[in-house]
Amino acid sequence: MPAKVVTITSGKGGVGKTTATANIGVALASAGARVVCLDADIGLRNLDVVMGLENRIVYDLVDVVEGRCKLRQALIKDKRLPELHLIPAAQTRDKTAVSPKDMVRLAEEMRPEFDWILIDSPAGIERGFRNAVAPADIVLIVTNPEVSAVRDADRIIGLVEAEEKGPAKLILNRVKPEMVRRGDMLATADVLEVLAIELIGVVPEDDTVLVASNHGSPAALDGKSRAGRAFRDIARRLNGETVPFEDVEGGDGLFGRLARMVRQGGQV
Amino acid sequence: MTGPLPIKGVRDGLLVTLPDGAWHDVRATLLATIDARGDFFRGARLALRMDDRALGAAELGSLRDLLAERDTALWAVLSSLPSTRAAAADLGLQTTLTSSSSSEDDEGLPESEEEFPQAVFLQRTLRSGQSVRHPGHVVVLGDVNPGAEIVAGGHVLVWGRLRGVVHAGAAGDANATVAALDLAPTQLRIAGYIAVSPQKRGTVRPEVALIRDGHLVAEPWEGDARR
Repeated sequence: MPAKVVTITSGKGGVGKTTATANIGVALASAGARVVCLDADIGLRNLDVVMGLENRIVYDLVDVVEGRCKLRQALIKDKRLPELHLIPAAQTRDKTAVSPKDMVRLAEEMRPEFDWILIDSPAGIERGFRNAVAPADIVLIVTNPEVSAVRDADRIIGLVEAEEKGPAKLILNRVKPEMVRRGDMLATADVLEVLAIELIGVVPEDDTVLVASNHGSPAALDGKSRAGRAFRDIARRLNGETVPFEDVEGGDGLFGRLARMVRQGGQV
Repeated sequence: MTGPLPIKGVRDGLLVTLPDGAWHDVRATLLATIDARGDFFRGARLALRMDDRALGAAELGSLRDLLAERDTALWAVLSSLPSTRAAAADLGLQTTLTSSSSSEDDEGLPESEEEFPQAVFLQRTLRSGQSVRHPGHVVVLGDVNPGAEIVAGGHVLVWGRLRGVVHAGAAGDANATVAALDLAPTQLRIAGYIAVSPQKRGTVRPEVALIRDGHLVAEPWEGDARR
């Protein structure tokens, strides 16, 4: 079966696109799938750092697109999971080095070799974003439970619909249960009320994520990490499994509301 | 399809009027015109006037990409068809030649001698960054999220939550109204009047905003509120 192309994007920077890409990639590959993670953030690459593969880079995405190397030469094998691969972004170029058409062609070339192609999109709504979504079969929007991130996610969902790549699915990242319970943070239901799209994961704030990223060893590799477990659940949902949502926020009332919205498929 | 297309310099870029005919041929003519003029179009912002041609977001998007390859930015699409304008707006393109924040002069709205349907109907969520401009009435079955914008010459009716910026009677009609099941816009304008939503949010009920005795007020929406 040819690979599915999943683009992870957000609009706003710093909400966890790269972390999500690395962790979902690790989770899918741990389950035995053949996965390639592609860093589309040309000029500001860091997926390689989060995955701990920085020192293995010889060729990058722009080298492939411009024909300086074969696709196979730019594929970096992960050091822990044999089925996990990375195509790093170029650091010395910018977004205009690649066009949406190049990305579609590259994805088509990789499809027969893999089960999943995960594309880490840059922040913003310009060329880099359009490069990242051009080949996508599925678009995942990452947002945080804060008003400005949700506003940008809303904008991105509109653009994804305009590119006829919708409906996008939502990852709500860095939820702090105690703040939600105090009413100081948007609850999942509040975010879904505005965005009205299908939820695919709720990831709790978890210090292990930062530590893991710094060590180049994504949290999904750590069986005890709460966030890692949330990312593994997202991977299972991508595979079509029905995985119940963990009660990240606590409190029956909220969770009841959330579950109701999920059943409605986000159609508010 | 012969000869180059008419090109006009306007304040913010170049305006090209597209002829009738099959889209494929028209597009080829446009690209040939650009290629033939070399540097003239390099780095230019292009507005296309296409009257009542029906184009979707996919066609406009691929045209934008083809123009981008020629270092030309597609900036605005001028069409008399609301569906084409909506597709252009979804791609972040302008649909008028004025700047997007038309507050004082509303020359962006076509004069009344132009033909347009009395109302547009949209059944979807209007999201941040999306903008609907129509010289007649605007009816939305869905939510209008913060960051979205509706500018109408006539009434605005939202069967859902209204959280974005809305301007009814934009050409000066102070009899225009704005009605919504949940009326909490970031900013509400009717003709030259302007208001922001009050902070208090008790039980949500349908409301209609209108000009009464020189003031912009919101009242419970009870069907006959205008009279």
